[in-house]
Amino acid sequence: MNKIIQEIKKSVLSALWLMILTFPIMVIKVNSYEGVVLWRWKNLMWIGIGTFFLSWLWRFLLDRKENGPGESKPDADRDGKFSLRKALGERKVKIPTLAVLAILVLAFPFMVKFYQVGIMTSALMFVILGLGLNIVIGYGGLLHLGYAAFYAMGAYTYGLMYLYWGLPFWAALPLGAVSGAVFGIVIGVPVLRLRGDYLAIVTLAFGEISRLLLENMSGFTKGPEGIAQIPRPGFFVKLSLQGATTYLFYICIVLVLFAIFVIRRLEDSRIGRALEAMKEDDIAAQSMGIDLAKTKLITFALGAVWAGMVGVVLAAKTTYINPGSFTLMESVMILVAVVLGGTGSIPGVILGAFLVTLIPEYFRALADYRMLMFGVALVVMSIFRPQGIIPRVRKRYLVGEDKS
Amino acid sequence: MKKIFTVLVLLLAVSTMFFVVGCKKEEKGTVKIAVVGPHTGDLASYGIPTIKAAELVVADWNANGGVLGRQIELVIEDDVCKPEVAANSAAKVVGEGVVAVIGHICSGATKSAMGIYNEANIPAISPSATNPPLTQSGDYPNFFRTIASDDAQAATDAEFIAKTLGLKKVAVLHDKADYGKGFADFTVEALKGLGVETVLYEGITAGAVDYSAILTKIANSDAEAIVFGGYHPEASKLVQQMTQMGLDIPFVSDDGVKDDTFIKVAGEYAEGVYASGPMDTSANPMSQKATADHKAKYGEDPGAFFINAYAATIALLNAIEKADSTDGLEIMKALRSNYVDTPLGSISFDDKGDAIGVGFAVYQVQNGAYVEL
Amino acid sequence: MKYFLQLVLAGLTKGSIYALIALGYTMVYGIIKLINFAHGEIYMIGAFTALIVGGALQITTGLSPLTILAISLAAAIFFSSGYGVTMEKIAYKPLRNAPRLTALISAIGMSLILQNYVLLAQTSDFLPFRSMIPNFPFLTPGKSLVTTTQLVILITTVVVMVILTLLIKFTRTGKAMRATSQDKVMAQLVGIDINKVITFTFAVGSATAAIGGVLIANHTGQINFYIGFLAGIKAFVAAVLGGIGSIPGAVLGSLVLGMTESFGAGYISSAYEDVFAFIILILILIFKPSGLLGRNEIEKV
Repeated sequence: MNKIIQEIKKSVLSALWLMILTFPIMVIKVNSYEGVVLWRWKNLMWIGIGTFFLSWLWRFLLDRKENGPGESKPDADRDGKFSLRKALGERKVKIPTLAVLAILVLAFPFMVKFYQVGIMTSALMFVILGLGLNIVIGYGGLLHLGYAAFYAMGAYTYGLMYLYWGLPFWAALPLGAVSGAVFGIVIGVPVLRLRGDYLAIVTLAFGEISRLLLENMSGFTKGPEGIAQIPRPGFFVKLSLQGATTYLFYICIVLVLFAIFVIRRLEDSRIGRALEAMKEDDIAAQSMGIDLAKTKLITFALGAVWAGMVGVVLAAKTTYINPGSFTLMESVMILVAVVLGGTGSIPGVILGAFLVTLIPEYFRALADYRMLMFGVALVVMSIFRPQGIIPRVRKRYLVGEDKS
Repeated sequence: MKKIFTVLVLLLAVSTMFFVVGCKKEEKGTVKIAVVGPHTGDLASYGIPTIKAAELVVADWNANGGVLGRQIELVIEDDVCKPEVAANSAAKVVGEGVVAVIGHICSGATKSAMGIYNEANIPAISPSATNPPLTQSGDYPNFFRTIASDDAQAATDAEFIAKTLGLKKVAVLHDKADYGKGFADFTVEALKGLGVETVLYEGITAGAVDYSAILTKIANSDAEAIVFGGYHPEASKLVQQMTQMGLDIPFVSDDGVKDDTFIKVAGEYAEGVYASGPMDTSANPMSQKATADHKAKYGEDPGAFFINAYAATIALLNAIEKADSTDGLEIMKALRSNYVDTPLGSISFDDKGDAIGVGFAVYQVQNGAYVEL
Repeated sequence: MKYFLQLVLAGLTKGSIYALIALGYTMVYGIIKLINFAHGEIYMIGAFTALIVGGALQITTGLSPLTILAISLAAAIFFSSGYGVTMEKIAYKPLRNAPRLTALISAIGMSLILQNYVLLAQTSDFLPFRSMIPNFPFLTPGKSLVTTTQLVILITTVVVMVILTLLIKFTRTGKAMRATSQDKVMAQLVGIDINKVITFTFAVGSATAAIGGVLIANHTGQINFYIGFLAGIKAFVAAVLGGIGSIPGAVLGSLVLGMTESFGAGYISSAYEDVFAFIILILILIFKPSGLLGRNEIEKV
């Protein structure tokens, strides 16, 4: 009983505080041209009531998070209960599921309206971007805030080469990857000495410089006017709009699979382990004989390759590119996808990328509230799942014991 | 790998649910028209008036029996003025089976969407996309607009500077965005033809807190006027800082500044500013009716491009009626061959898609209002 | 020569504007090592509060402009500090022991929340912000060099910097702040209530942002919900340039940034002013990896 009174007291105090705090912005609206002041007292009431209950819920959840829910353990595998993760791991279940999944993915463009294919392609592009940035942040531990620059690099590789030489999509795709990687190294060299937040701000600076150069060198890049009429990829013959959209969808699926494959190989490689060591403690890693400069540059290059390719796909998909598509906000959103899903975890990043692209897309009805809700989701997720939705599971190397 | 799996399975399940919910039954018997533009975000104020205009016109027509004897239905989509979103929005409305589009609002978004409309043989009429290549390049045969293009606007401004103001040297600034820079470039070219020298040509950073450096530079050049390509927030900062530092030369700008918000925000500093905008239509009875209807329904004055969007909707519905068909090619033919009475006057479209009979005029802020000169 | 002087003054103005926001950035970073992405939003809220309170007073009462300025400035400081402190309690405090990247995402979320909150509760349009500072008559002859608001901004920045430096160097609270910044666990062991210290830091940092908000809005004459984002990025760059965590560093960094932009625009091209700003940042960080006045960390294994 006493506890409840205490809780009520806390909630009332929070409600009162928020009512005071939001008073000017929520209640008063000044129209200075007509000299009218609008007092919206109702808003104050809603804030009060809302805060009362929400703060209660908030404290309850925080409490639960700190003291644990008591019964169910996070790792359900060991309790012998049914677990989706475990079930999918078994061969009997795994192969049929994989087959069904493959069929569903292949049939997807024919099951839905074709704009859904377009949206799904955008989401898949974001997945690849997330996976690429994840190499830099999740494995290398290097906070990169200018990732959109690599993305721009790829898009402009295709855009410009088409504009000047009429280069087709399939030639641009590998070139986009190469230019992304080269650009990654070019940016990487000067920042080798920097770490942590200093690295973050310098990558941010490089990202902004690239965008500003694209904007200002209008003789070469067409500046803010952008490059229009970039062709969609053809499949021996010129495809219809639907055909090209479906084709891009499949291309993205292949790229996603390819990215997952490469990253998983990377994890087990020498470089992967060097990255791991560097992330944990770069000085210790260096004294173990890891060439930090080389490892960092490889990380940047490997991360940028994917952005370069997605850039080419973007140019082909929208047929029009301009510098406005590669702002800092874009880099931030990719970062959000990675961290929200689970830094370093491939399924986490995939899920994060889908959430970041599909939530705003399907919650159009919320109109202006959707960005507010998105912000709330970011804060709530960070607090309650600080390791991401699907946290990374570290590889364990067992010594002297058979793995199976 | 197991985890990737789990996620993919869950995702697919969730998305399938979305699609099942998303696939509504087609309503037969209505003629669908899309309205696409920025309806949320920072540019929403440029897109929402177009929805209102289309709704008013459609309500009128539906009350009088619709078009081709069928009711008209609006399909409204948001593109937040971003090319990559616009491509998806365009695909979506095409998938909904619309016969024509009112929009898009921003030139960049329009360019990315037009490819899809071209494939689908659907005409799009924009009330606001002024980028010249949209009509002049010939790459967008399905594109029409009820607003004059940037080069026409630039020519109007240039002539005003050279002939009316009689100046010889100007400084040209732009906000480094699609619209502003386009306008600035065309103005420089038009001025050259009229023998006016551009002594300084520079981009400024939109959203910056201070422009004293560039204004000082202009004060120290021998420019007799500033021409600015861009939108009103930067323009009002520029004019305010000009007045404060005592730089007293004419300020000539574009349609992005010929907006009442500019006068509200810049206040006293706005006095004397020149800006070009679509020719005044407030004397046109249809325009008066449109504005009155808007006030009656929404309780406020219409916003940006309202009249242009109103005219676009009328022109489109009229073309459908005249073509006696919802086929895109027929509608486009009708748009090109018929004159129609709109709030902008009697208009038709030329081969490239520009409206005939729509032009620009120069306005000046006098006593807190824009006055046509 | 006059042109040079004009550019210097333009650079100083721009620099002091950045400094007013960068000071709060650097204080918060100094104490909890968090890039407070939402700091720019606090500045925006300060400006909005002043506009709303000032506007309401102007319409409903007949107070003199200077009284209104004083009241709305006080309101801006109070409410901004309130938002700063509340934000810390909700979004950052539960994350003290979480990975730093997660706290950064929380800050990005907070920034989106505050932007959209103002957008929804007020408006997406630009609002005029009438200058509340009367013109100083003695400046009229030299107004092509420096205007009244510019002078006020310059003086305020210096005053704020001096006060903050004194506060941190010589008061008990300042000592506690320095201790918390260096080692939270040790600070707690010697009896410092680090929660109180962090709250205080957020309050002071937000208050400087509010002062910045009011003065800068006076200078630009307009505000909308998005001004915080752009200003925040620049201020962050300035704070890092000067050595993040250092109060004089934030001001020095801001002035270097302002000067670079001003001279870049004046002698080369204003289209590239941001490019120059970012290049100077990169150059300085390459040669001094922890900023102009930042302490070099000694690395231990």
